[in-house]
Formats: sequence, structure tokens, C-alpha cells
Amino acid sequence: MSNNEQTNSHSHFPWSHLIGFGLSIFLTLLALWVGFASDFSLRTIMIIVVILALIQAAIQLLMFMHITESDSSRIQVGTILYAVFIAVAVVAGTIWVMSFGMHNMNM
Amino acid sequence: MESVEYSPNTPLEYQSETGRLNILGFWIFLGAEIALFSTLFATYLVLVGRTAGGPGPGELFEISGVLIETFLLLTSSFTCGLAIHYMRNHSLKGLFLWLGITLALGLGFLGFEIYEFVHYIHEGAALTTSAYWSAFFVLVGTHGAHVTMGIAWIILILIQLKQRGLTPDTTRKVFISSLYWHFLDVVWIFIFTAVYLYGMVM
Repeated sequence: MSNNEQTNSHSHFPWSHLIGFGLSIFLTLLALWVGFASDFSLRTIMIIVVILALIQAAIQLLMFMHITESDSSRIQVGTILYAVFIAVAVVAGTIWVMSFGMHNMNM
Repeated sequence: MESVEYSPNTPLEYQSETGRLNILGFWIFLGAEIALFSTLFATYLVLVGRTAGGPGPGELFEISGVLIETFLLLTSSFTCGLAIHYMRNHSLKGLFLWLGITLALGLGFLGFEIYEFVHYIHEGAALTTSAYWSAFFVLVGTHGAHVTMGIAWIILILIQLKQRGLTPDTTRKVFISSLYWHFLDVVWIFIFTAVYLYGMVM
């Protein structure tokens, strides 16, 4: 049982949680800085902050939710990756498809 | 799979087949939740700018309120993780303490969000004002409804913990509700980015 390996660390100080929390705060502040204090174009800003958000989501999944700790971790990771693929397809696909009518409308 | 051997160090919630399957099933549910929220994000992003002459996000969003909400929820996700850490060290007291703090932070988040919504409505941006605000309230409101649901769920589990203590059943319930709580913070990260940051930077 692969469960056994990670469990011995439980009596220790919860470093992974603390590091995850610190990184999350750092990434949030970095996204704020990129958004308000940098000179990048809107497009560049959005690409950077979305990447920062994805990193922070991964930190939550790995360091807080321990997605890889159980015996079915492969199924869990596979499910979440598949769901992320669906989400990206839905969001990017919708924006792409709807962009074709944009010039006919007054924004 | 009936008599799988596990070390005494295996967390209680993983010690039964039911527990393991419930946790796996909840991960699959979270996958479906990601798909649900993606449709709301897609709708929102397509309707950005469709304010029908009414107020836009740049005029109403305030960075301070958004940051308070963000840090309340982020910290609650952290304290929820600590609660699980204490649960796995068989500390019912630590579990109660940190879950209690998590609930308080969650309630604080909800309070600020309700205040924010009421403020927008007073400023003339309600659910029916424009396509943009409809999409905004549905997306952020669905997340808020999830947080409300999470708070109610965790309160019920705390009552059960008080009655039964740490058993494979109760620890499984706490662990699954913690996954749900962390997931709400994951969704908020994207709301913070795609709704608030984007809305204010635009």
C-alpha cells in the first residue's frame, strides 16, 4: 500500500501546508503587481496572471489536497487533468467562437 | 480487496474500502464541478463589456474588498489543511480548533461578499441590469452558494464529530469536506484572476 509511505510524516510540523500557503500569498501578490504596477500590455498581463493562477491551483491540489497521496492517485490526477482539459476547451472555445460576431456589435 | 493490509499509520479515512471509494468518488465529483464552473466562466468572459450602457466592472470593483475576500478564503484553505493535519495526528482538539477557525474565516468571506453584492446593487448594478452583471452575479454567486453549502456541511460534521469522535466514518467525512473547501479556494483563484483582476486592469 502506497498509503503507508506518506503517513509517517504526519507527526511532523506541517511544512508543506505552510510552504503552500506562503507560495499562494506570493503568487497572489505577484499577480496584483503584474496587473497594476507593470507596463505590460493587457494581453501579456492576462497571459501571465492566468499562468500564475494555474500554478496556484496546482499548489492547492498538491500541497493542500494531497491529490497524489492515495492508492487511486493516478485516477484522481487523470480525472482532474481531464476536467481541466474540458474547462480549457469550453472557455477558450467559447471565447473563440463568439469572437467572430464581435465586430458587428458595439462593445 | 476486503482484507487489504494497511499500516497503523494509514490515515483512518483510507482504512476502509468504502472510505477509499468515497474519496475517489469525490475527486470525480470535483472534476464535474470544474466543468460546471468552466461554463459559467465562459459565459462571463463572453459577456464582458455587455453592460448595456450601465456601470462597468472598472467603476465598481474595489481592490481592497476583493483582497480581503481573497486572503480570508486563502487563509481558510490553509487552516482547513492544518485541521486535517491534526486529525491525522489523532488530535480531536486540534481538529476542532482549526476547523472552527476555517468556518469563521469562511463566514467572514461570505459576509464581505454579501456586503459587496449589496453595494453593487445600490450602485445600480443588479442581476437584471445588463448581460454583464447577470453573468457576474451568476458566476460569483454560484461560488458563494458553494461556500454557504460548505459552511453548513462542515458545521453538521462538527456536530457528528462531537458525538462520535474520530472514527473511520467521521474522518472520511471531514477529509472529503476539506477537499471541497480547498476546491472552493481553487475556484476563487480563477474568479480573482478572470473577474476582478481582469475587470480592474481592462
